[in-house]
Amino acid sequence: MQLQLSPEMQAFREEMRTFFTTQVPQEIRDKVAARRHASKDDFVTTQQILNAAGLAVPHWPVEYGGRDWTPLQRHIWREEMQLAHVPEPLAFNTSMIGPVLAQFGNQEQKDRFLAKTANLDIWWCQGFSEPDAGSDLAGLRTTAVQDGDEWVVNGQKTWTTMGQYADWIFCLARTDPTAEKKQRGISMLVFPMDTPGVTLRPIELLDGGFEVNEVFFEDVRVPSENLIGEVNKGWDQAKFLLGNERVGIARVGGTKGMLALAKELARETTYNGRPLLEDARYSSRIAEIENELVALELTALRVVANSADGKPHPASSVLKLKGSVLQQEVTELIVDIAGPLSVASFAEEGSDVPDWARVSAPEYLNYRKVSIYGGSNEVQRVIISGTILGL
Amino acid sequence: MDFTYDSEQNDLREAVAALLARAYGDSEVRRKVTKNDPGFDEKVWTQLAEMGLLGLPFAEEHGGMGAGPVEVAIVAEEIGRVLAPEPFIEAVVLAGGLVDAVGTDAQKGELLGALAGGTSVPAFAHAEIGARWTASASAVTATEAGGSWTLSGVKEPVPHGARADVLVVSAALPGGGTGLFVVNGDASGLNRTGYRNIDGTRSAKVRFEGTPATQLGTGGDQTDAIERALAVARIAYAHESVGAMDTALRTTTEYLKTRKQFGVTLNKFQALNFRAADMYVSLELARSIALWASVVQLSDGDVVTAADRARLLTSRTGRHIGKDAIQLHGGIGVTAEYKVGHYTARLTAIDHLLGDGDFAADRLAAKVGSYPTVDPLGAPYA
Repeated sequence: MQLQLSPEMQAFREEMRTFFTTQVPQEIRDKVAARRHASKDDFVTTQQILNAAGLAVPHWPVEYGGRDWTPLQRHIWREEMQLAHVPEPLAFNTSMIGPVLAQFGNQEQKDRFLAKTANLDIWWCQGFSEPDAGSDLAGLRTTAVQDGDEWVVNGQKTWTTMGQYADWIFCLARTDPTAEKKQRGISMLVFPMDTPGVTLRPIELLDGGFEVNEVFFEDVRVPSENLIGEVNKGWDQAKFLLGNERVGIARVGGTKGMLALAKELARETTYNGRPLLEDARYSSRIAEIENELVALELTALRVVANSADGKPHPASSVLKLKGSVLQQEVTELIVDIAGPLSVASFAEEGSDVPDWARVSAPEYLNYRKVSIYGGSNEVQRVIISGTILGL
Repeated sequence: MDFTYDSEQNDLREAVAALLARAYGDSEVRRKVTKNDPGFDEKVWTQLAEMGLLGLPFAEEHGGMGAGPVEVAIVAEEIGRVLAPEPFIEAVVLAGGLVDAVGTDAQKGELLGALAGGTSVPAFAHAEIGARWTASASAVTATEAGGSWTLSGVKEPVPHGARADVLVVSAALPGGGTGLFVVNGDASGLNRTGYRNIDGTRSAKVRFEGTPATQLGTGGDQTDAIERALAVARIAYAHESVGAMDTALRTTTEYLKTRKQFGVTLNKFQALNFRAADMYVSLELARSIALWASVVQLSDGDVVTAADRARLLTSRTGRHIGKDAIQLHGGIGVTAEYKVGHYTARLTAIDHLLGDGDFAADRLAAKVGSYPTVDPLGAPYA
């Protein structure tokens, strides 16, 4: 047993901290710190800086840019990135389709896509969820029918995050409607978003932003070589991908940063002539959240130390569940600190409401998503009670 | 950073678990043992001594094993797992820990040697009615005359205060501050009334009437030493809680898998399974923070704050798991004839012994403005 990081890991952490705080433009990090959405250019600029330094896809196989790091190194890398308010490498590229291509793709597909995926030269989006297939993903109805050397895709996807920026989509479609189990008969296809027959409708969220979209496919013709893995085995890739999606989902570093901000705001905000931070109700609320965050971080470190062969530890469901709840509690805390000013979300020039108070309620509402995506918290409870507790 | 147990620690856990399973594997045995004074089994106490556990954290020259906080944590967790009623934390970690921290070499040799050998059970007489988990004393006062000390006043509730062979007593000093004294069980002017606690353990009202006492160590104000000893005991209790929560959850999931209602086992009801899943989340978070607090102690970090963190979380999670374990069992959970409710009773007692969750939250809240973020692997913990 030892508490401190080894000297090598301390040096590694220092190296990461220095890189993230000196090499990623301050202007981009300030925007993330101020809880404003980073732009497409911000994401691309950042990921290309990281990729040039070998820090965009360290978890990939070494031959495609990975670093052969220990799980602890990856944890430190991610935490330091979040603490420094660096927009993370695009998850659709680096955590989702990239690892799937490396694991299931043929050589031609790897050569064609992986380098560009790591460098965000291709921006990928995810075509998984459908109006009638959310948590029950295997209920998807988008079809792909073979026609000579092509697949003809028809159907609809939804919740396609940042699809408006995407160059390509990776998409699950039903290729064998007669399969006995609905999980069989699904395949994974990839194609450009400007393929004829693809249309996109942005969905406005409660925060006024447009981060998700509906995507419609009408007789979209996709060449056969764009099918990833085996025909009708797409569910294997989907499970592999969703397992990776939960890694790092505790977001301890990001929540720590938000809580530090909440403390500052509570110090600057006065109530009955005293800083809110000195109000017992607020300070103990902060103490309770902070303590659970410490426990979550320590649990993440335990999970990291015990995860073998890159497979997620069953307790990673704990990280998703508690991690999402704590993120939400901090955003709720910040709305409460903003108090009466929190309603002025869309104030413009001429208003005296500070920017942080304007974004507080939109962010609180936007963060309801974190207990829904990546397998809703109810799905995590099914996993815990079934897989871990054997119920 | 390394939170894994080494092979010796795993061996220790196995040995302790085996001993305690022989003693209390059948929960009816504990029920019987705790019905009669002193509320624990003297034979099991002797077996703990023979295994070296009663001298675990003390130096070999004082009859101990020279082990560290992680070993103590392992024993505490195993005790919690079967609710062994023997006063390991009260006698070894708390009373023994104070002697070890403050006592003279002669006192350590005598008191710790007898404790480790199983021939003398010490207890820490500290709590006073009207005081809530302070590190200082006021209701018992110490008086010096002609180079000898006497104590007067009342301590209550004193865990295992009636059975104890020797008492370590906190008392207000004439010049201010809180001192520590040793009082023999057969001292004159010592009056003890023992009783049974909600969790089957024992406490006592201990009255001192000009009772002769010896200074522990070289005397003077010992508030800091008491604060630290309480912190170390809170950490040990966190592990006992984790062991108890683990069994409470395991017992509950077994019950859900076997108990039938409406013609099906209870695990067919998602409403019940989801509550069990949330109990698991609580348990794993508690396990993480308890283990961390012990490693902070091992690293000589800020043990008082680490203990408050462990106490806050194990208080919240202990209540969550304790209450839901009963709820998911239904009526049988409230009976003394079935084991699960006893776990809730013990968790409730632990929660209130040395400061509850709100107590710890208040202390942590007073400091939240003095730093931006917590790094559990860095200062002030490492």
